[in-house]
Amino acid sequence: MLDGRGAVRRRAGVRLWLSAVWLGLLVAAALLAPWIAPKDPLAQDLFLGRLPPVWVAGSEPGYLLGTDSLGRDVFSRILYGARIALVVALVAGTVTCVLGAALGLMAGYLRGWVDVLISRFIDIWMAFPPVLFSILLIAVIGPGLGSIILAIVIIDWTRFARVVRAEAMAQGAMDYVASARVAGRGRIGIMLREILPNVLPTVVVLLTLEMGIAVIVEAILSFVNLSISTDDPTWGGMIAEGRASVHQAWWVLVFPLITLFLTVLSFSQLGEGLKDRFDPVLR
Amino acid sequence: MSYLEIDRLTVRLRGGGPLLRAVSLQVAAGEVRGLVGESGAGKSMIGKAVLGILPKAAEVVSGRIVLDGVDLLALPPAERRRRVGASCALIPQDPLTALNPSRRIGPQITDRLVDILGWDRARAVGRAHALLAEVHIPDPDRVMRCYPHELSGGMRQRILIASAFAAEPKLIVADEPTTALDVTVQKQILKLIKEMQVRHGTALLFVSHDLGVVSKVCQSLSVLYAGMVLEEASVADFFRAPKHPYAAALLAATPKYTDPTAGLIPVPEATLVAARAEVADADRRTGHV
Repeated sequence: MLDGRGAVRRRAGVRLWLSAVWLGLLVAAALLAPWIAPKDPLAQDLFLGRLPPVWVAGSEPGYLLGTDSLGRDVFSRILYGARIALVVALVAGTVTCVLGAALGLMAGYLRGWVDVLISRFIDIWMAFPPVLFSILLIAVIGPGLGSIILAIVIIDWTRFARVVRAEAMAQGAMDYVASARVAGRGRIGIMLREILPNVLPTVVVLLTLEMGIAVIVEAILSFVNLSISTDDPTWGGMIAEGRASVHQAWWVLVFPLITLFLTVLSFSQLGEGLKDRFDPVLR
Repeated sequence: MSYLEIDRLTVRLRGGGPLLRAVSLQVAAGEVRGLVGESGAGKSMIGKAVLGILPKAAEVVSGRIVLDGVDLLALPPAERRRRVGASCALIPQDPLTALNPSRRIGPQITDRLVDILGWDRARAVGRAHALLAEVHIPDPDRVMRCYPHELSGGMRQRILIASAFAAEPKLIVADEPTTALDVTVQKQILKLIKEMQVRHGTALLFVSHDLGVVSKVCQSLSVLYAGMVLEEASVADFFRAPKHPYAAALLAATPKYTDPTAGLIPVPEATLVAARAEVADADRRTGHV
């Protein structure tokens, strides 16, 4: 029994550490991009277009992961792209989480008409096709970082609301909530002090998943050219540009794709790892 | 004068039938009153109505719940909550779900003293410490830093008892406090509840389906059937000679551990039919259908 639990925790530890290291590297890259990027991510040099990565024949020293068709350094652009990806992940993820969890908590604990109102609203909301909806939204309010974040929040809050509602309902039926009510705690006190700590592990997992999703959504919107202005390097934008020349210069497509993949994976693994480590019920 | 007086309390399922039918009972200060009956008879519902934690699907239709001379049902919700919180407590049925799993034991006991009754933290911690020692928990300091899952069911029920007595309530509702425990622990917990009740002079509303337990803990009891009180008696009188036929049948159905060959004795069908007829009669008289 004890040995089994120890083994589970060790595995969770490896997962947690690997994802934390990758995300740590990304954060460092985003913060330090102007100092550590070997080239200017926007500098074009048509004489140096489609240079392969340094370990492939025909490369030019200094261009670590090669250049795209306009001669821009892929490595530097990935570093700069981390800035937008992480801002979107953190801000959109957090705002979505807080909004969705608050509504879910209210619906699940207060029940009654509040629940009916929020639940029906979620049902209707989820019937909209999300990608189409976000494209439409950005077409209306215009592209930009704020619009992307808003689009993600508006589309994804239902994910949190539904899960937290179900958890809050289950927790609300527990005797410890009855005891708190007898002791004279009000509804808000019970929601924040009794129920919230018990849904928090789930919320943390969802939040990290959401951060991964936010990165993907940003990439999708960049891919269809609805993200930030085309000047700022984004991973999605790079993938879109790389697609056109994938037969001549695969590296323009592949490296941002790998970065994106590892980032999304790390976010989800970070959540699972944190849950295994900090959920007092599992521990 | 009785400390708690329930006067013709009728509770109904919203849009459905009655759960409690004009229930009246009095509990004197320091008295232990048992509420017995089969599942669904409404015994827990009475305790919940007093504490103001009826499920959302249930509503009080009529009647009064007078606590220390004040009708709780006539008070605004916030005032009622404050009054109940200051003078009543609950010992819940299932110790496994009655402690918040993600908070440490210490704050769960002290928080209500600090937040709701306005004690200062040091005094509340001292009080929690003393109470845990009083319910025979070894090393209270360590236990207060534990999470509930680190403790056994019996330990948790002891903690819940300590917590219920923390604010020196005048009335405690014990809702089948030993049902979720195994028999050996059950006996210790009953002894502990009785011991605490005597020492603190608290009135106790003891909900149970186990007449054997009630006979050991309570001074008087009310027998419920389908939300109606069929018999009210002192424990001594009841166990000598129950008056109501249903109550007598219920007592006869209690397993006798002295004779292991005797099977379970159900309440006879005819008695149940008679009891139901009585409930239906009462419904007709009072107009609650």
